[in-house]
Amino acid sequence: MPDAPKAASISRPGGWAIVRRNRPAMISLIFLAILVLVAFTLPFLLPESIKATSGGTFLPPLALDPENGAWHLCGTDVNGQDLFYRLLTGAQVSLGVGIVGAIISLFIGTTYGMVSGYFGGRVDATMMRIVDILYAVPRILFIMIFIAAFDSVFKDWLDGTRLWAQQKQWTSLEDTTRYLIPYSKILVMILSLGLVEWLTMARIIRGQVLVLREMTFVTASRAMGQSGWTILRKYLLPNLSTIILTYLTLTIPAVILDESFLSFLGLGIEDPAASWGSLLKDGAQVINPLESKWWLLAFPALLMSLSLLALNFLGDGLRDAFDPKSTD
Amino acid sequence: MAAFLLRRLLSSIVVLFFAVSLTFLLTRSLPGGPFDREKASSAQVQEALLEKYKLSGTLWQQYTAYLNDLAHLDLRVSFKYRDWSVAEILGQKMPTSIKLGGVAFLIASTLGVFIGALAAMRRDTPMDWAAMFGAIVAISIPSFITGPFLIAVFALWLGWLPVGGWGNVEHLILPSLCLAAPYVAYVARLMRNSLLDVLKSDFLRTARAKGLTESQALVRHAMKVAILPVVTYLGPLAAHLLTGSMIVESVFNISGAGSIFVNAIQNRDAFLLCGAVVIYCTLLIVFNLIVDLLYSVLDKRIQLHA
Repeated sequence: MPDAPKAASISRPGGWAIVRRNRPAMISLIFLAILVLVAFTLPFLLPESIKATSGGTFLPPLALDPENGAWHLCGTDVNGQDLFYRLLTGAQVSLGVGIVGAIISLFIGTTYGMVSGYFGGRVDATMMRIVDILYAVPRILFIMIFIAAFDSVFKDWLDGTRLWAQQKQWTSLEDTTRYLIPYSKILVMILSLGLVEWLTMARIIRGQVLVLREMTFVTASRAMGQSGWTILRKYLLPNLSTIILTYLTLTIPAVILDESFLSFLGLGIEDPAASWGSLLKDGAQVINPLESKWWLLAFPALLMSLSLLALNFLGDGLRDAFDPKSTD
Repeated sequence: MAAFLLRRLLSSIVVLFFAVSLTFLLTRSLPGGPFDREKASSAQVQEALLEKYKLSGTLWQQYTAYLNDLAHLDLRVSFKYRDWSVAEILGQKMPTSIKLGGVAFLIASTLGVFIGALAAMRRDTPMDWAAMFGAIVAISIPSFITGPFLIAVFALWLGWLPVGGWGNVEHLILPSLCLAAPYVAYVARLMRNSLLDVLKSDFLRTARAKGLTESQALVRHAMKVAILPVVTYLGPLAAHLLTGSMIVESVFNISGAGSIFVNAIQNRDAFLLCGAVVIYCTLLIVFNLIVDLLYSVLDKRIQLHA
């Protein structure tokens, strides 16, 4: 008996095939992969002479440091620090805050949206009204309130842990906490941004769950006596995974933007740590018509714009492929 | 209709109530009080200050007293700028932001609708691709990059427009463009997608069949329906733009309302913050109501039920 005609030849191409054919999305993916790889490896390989502060302040790009002979690809800043190195560590912070913050908000948003959509009725109405109310309050307000609330608490906690470790003579823990204290702001920002950015995600997941829960396989598993939580976890979550991935990609640039917004205003990442926002702030402070230090503004702006562009292209590509009814 | 409006108004007041309560309670429970930086403040001085600014008693007492004042439309006095009432500060700062935000809103809505409609009409041509590429660029690049860039090109290099400040029409151009850019892009994308959907619909086929040209069909029939999602988006956008943008105002050195939110949190100035939130929420409610009304005007099929 001859084989039946292959189903694949007539079916719509799968989501991943659509993404793979989307050239801007693929270029963006490659760019982002390279950026992450470079940002998280190269800073550890650079010579120490470049990383330290030096007397050669405001050297233009490609200049040699008169003091220690180091070669600065992107010039130096007000402290004589190499801008290329600062850009890479800034990328670590910005991308790290973006990714971890987006994952936190994803976790909250997905759980909230799934519960709201699946249980429906009065639960749904109440939970969505709460989202409406939170939408009515400016987002930046929540972020800053969370930062103000967590900042001192977290620093005190780290300091307390350090003293406790000192008492117990656990030097490694003591060193770790001492090392972490200047960076505590980053952790606080990740937490605050994650706790704020989940509203859109919750709405989208809820919308999807409302459709999915009417499907026969859900009715079937309910008829077999599965509990609500099991259905959510085992049957709905896998069906939501591509939507979740898509909106994760679109939430990362939003979180990065919020972080750089705060850092640009001087409320976020502080020295010695750097992020793209704080580098831009430093660049904007020294710009004046008489003496152009353009590299301090141009390179961070270029790197940040390209990264956000790539993330948005990738997110849009994923959304076109996996969210057929999205109209932006 | 009247029942619908009444119902919407009631639910809006509930939202406003919760938003203000949340802001007040969160700000007041933050570590650090508004008078911590006072020089030589003895316990009595602190006490007297708290008494004077109606902050004595438990959090619950403060909260109910504040709500009571708010119900009488009294926004109280700022802790930080002692001689000023919250209403005076808002009254001084808001007009600048409303002017700037209004211009930006006009640019975002008209230019966005125009570009989006053009892209949808010329679907899959270089014009469409260029418009959508431009949109994603405008969405990705934040205003603290476009702002200095616009200043560098148009003010420092070409010398056509002033670097910053406030007063003439020239002062409005760069900041409003900078503020509007990402929203032009959002509106254009919304408009394009919704017009593409509408162009496929049956009533447009009928319109073409009865002999209307493509542009007549577009203007008389398609636009009215296609613009609905854009109108939905424009409601919250107007509230957002009119309350000022911190970044644009600081880049262009304009003294507007954008900094109120951030400064008020920094100073733990709960009443000023709540006042700003009241204004923001009221604008949001008003514009959402306008959107609902516009809906029934634009699309006769939509009826407003209670």
